[in-house]
Amino acid sequence: MPATDTMAETEDPLVREHRLRQQAAHETRRDTTVRIIRQTVTFVVFMGLLAALYAGYKEVGQAIDDRQHDWPVVGSVLPRTDDLTMPPIGKIIGQFGETPGGEDQIYVLILLDEALFTLREAFAGFMVGLVIGMAIALALAQWRRLEQGLLPFVIASQTIPLIAIAPIIVIWGRKNFDVFPWEWQDWMSVSIIATYLTFFPVAVNGLRGLQSPRPENQELMESYAANWAQTLWRLRLPASLPYLFAALKIAATASIVGAIVGEISSGVVGGLGRRILREAFNYTTGPDRLFASVLGAAALGIFVYLVVTGLERLVVGRQDKGATA
Amino acid sequence: MNIRRIWRLLAVLLVFGLVAASCGNDDDDVSEPAPAPATEAPAPEPEPTEAPAPAELQEVSLQLQWVPQSQFAGYFAARDLGFYEDVGLDVTIIDGAVDIVPATVLDSGGADFAISWVPRGLVPREEGLNITNIAQVFQRSGTLQVSFVDAGIAGPADLEGKLVGNWGFGNEFELLAGLNSVGLDPQSDVTLVQQDFNMTALVLGDIDAAQAMIYNEYAQVLETINPETGELFQPEDFSVIDWNDVGTAMLQDAIWADADKLETDAEYRDIAVRFVEASLRGWIHCRDNFDECVDIVVGASPPFGGPAHQAWMMNEINALIWPSPGGVGVMDQALYDQTIDVATSQGILQAAPDAGAFRTDIAAEAIANLEAAGHDVYGNDFARRTVEVKEGGN
Repeated sequence: MPATDTMAETEDPLVREHRLRQQAAHETRRDTTVRIIRQTVTFVVFMGLLAALYAGYKEVGQAIDDRQHDWPVVGSVLPRTDDLTMPPIGKIIGQFGETPGGEDQIYVLILLDEALFTLREAFAGFMVGLVIGMAIALALAQWRRLEQGLLPFVIASQTIPLIAIAPIIVIWGRKNFDVFPWEWQDWMSVSIIATYLTFFPVAVNGLRGLQSPRPENQELMESYAANWAQTLWRLRLPASLPYLFAALKIAATASIVGAIVGEISSGVVGGLGRRILREAFNYTTGPDRLFASVLGAAALGIFVYLVVTGLERLVVGRQDKGATA
Repeated sequence: MNIRRIWRLLAVLLVFGLVAASCGNDDDDVSEPAPAPATEAPAPEPEPTEAPAPAELQEVSLQLQWVPQSQFAGYFAARDLGFYEDVGLDVTIIDGAVDIVPATVLDSGGADFAISWVPRGLVPREEGLNITNIAQVFQRSGTLQVSFVDAGIAGPADLEGKLVGNWGFGNEFELLAGLNSVGLDPQSDVTLVQQDFNMTALVLGDIDAAQAMIYNEYAQVLETINPETGELFQPEDFSVIDWNDVGTAMLQDAIWADADKLETDAEYRDIAVRFVEASLRGWIHCRDNFDECVDIVVGASPPFGGPAHQAWMMNEINALIWPSPGGVGVMDQALYDQTIDVATSQGILQAAPDAGAFRTDIAAEAIANLEAAGHDVYGNDFARRTVEVKEGGN
């Protein structure tokens, strides 16, 4: 350390600053790479552990079961371990590379296709939910009266079970949504269901974020004679971002759940929900496919979560900085 | 600094939106081909002749009770082979789903016609839905209660003290009536178990007898490997209670329409006659062209079971329709009365429905047209074929 200090004294201050900046940028980049590698390794190790636990329990359970026919703990107290209840993990993984009968693609590509379909439904719903949620948050932040009056309804909206509204929305979509300039398709009804799950966390957290600036910040804006829009743009919206992204992480995964549930209950063809319904029906003859398709749905959920996290880093910066900003 | 962040957020969202929009278009291209060729493919053909200039087709939608499978082969055949077009209709077939009740969709105007089991149409009708049965396509019930042969369940009386699986949601009425018919109380003499829509619980031994459709779940268990032999389960491994034999069978798939509209809207009634005619022609075609219809079903948006499973189903569905002693689509009054008896005795219906619950005039007109065109609407010489069972239905 002292060595660099003495060197720095002889250096032109501008050059030094430039050098330090580059160094910092380089370190940040390296940090990011290291972090991604570390997280990936942790994830893979954790998945491996889970798989080992599954396979180990199945192995041990079957050994116990084979020995004690009269008093099987496994299967009565603990879950059963036969291949129909717990398909071997190798078969589940292997399923991804197999071509199911009547199809012309391997399973993982079929799932990818269907995941894209579900992602489109979820994304459309997510974006609309984001706009609606922010609009509600802005309205509630602006008019306190409204908050007391409207918030209970916003909360109540989330207590209506999805399976109750899904068929209603689909029927409405076929009948009543001619007002839109484009032809209404069933997958758009599924998007509405995703919107329904998405707007809520955005509205609630967005409101909290918009209200988060401390009074002295607010007063400072007032002392500048900043109008509503300027205060919003320069103080409230930036302050709300960390809160908003916390909500978006929930909303993104919820939109996937909404899309899958919506597909299942409304009969929309082409996505992961339909796939899961189908594999559940065929469970007796192919249990490993249901497990594989559920893993596919989980992967889609993780993917959208990672995308939002990535966006957050891009927009807000690292979380620890964001919190103190 | 903060402002820049927001601009960045907006920029990111904009880019995201653009990407998604282009993605969406891509997806349209990829996912659409299933329905698109069906409606657009015929278009290029008339072009060379140019002369016939087909009259404007009337758009009609049909709500199925479940997802595409041979159970609905007749409608898919009528659509894909142009039977609907021949009578001036452009029919859109809408899949059923877990929470879709065809009767409700029909009543709310979500579809022009619907396929529904008779009790599942009559119960909402009693609750005020304005619908009526215009063609009774299935002449028999396809519901079974299946058990392993060593459980010794030969008839409903043997179910006493057993764990009896059923799907609930209105699928259990024949079972309940069957238990009543031999003096068993469904509440106390058997243990009713909610069963998934597959045969896993039976294979695992969680239940003694499982509900199964002869064309679906029964095939499914025959498509399963018996862990003890390493071969497929065989029909001899099971004993089967058929509610048609017990006498508590209820009528199943029928075509339903909007009752009031039939009275007030002459054009809708005219469409209904043509729709039923073309649909029944589809069923006649599937009776006489077995393999072609299986291919059509497999080619419709992917069915839940594979080609071999659909072949099994096509065969069994044909056997539920044919022979049709009074003509295909005509209500069998005796079976209708039995259905109502079971429904009222089980408290499913409060009272016997009024005469408007079904009408035969539309099916009669349709059949007359079909006979005039030389079609056999009775299928008296129909015989089941032997279908090869394959593992997993593929």
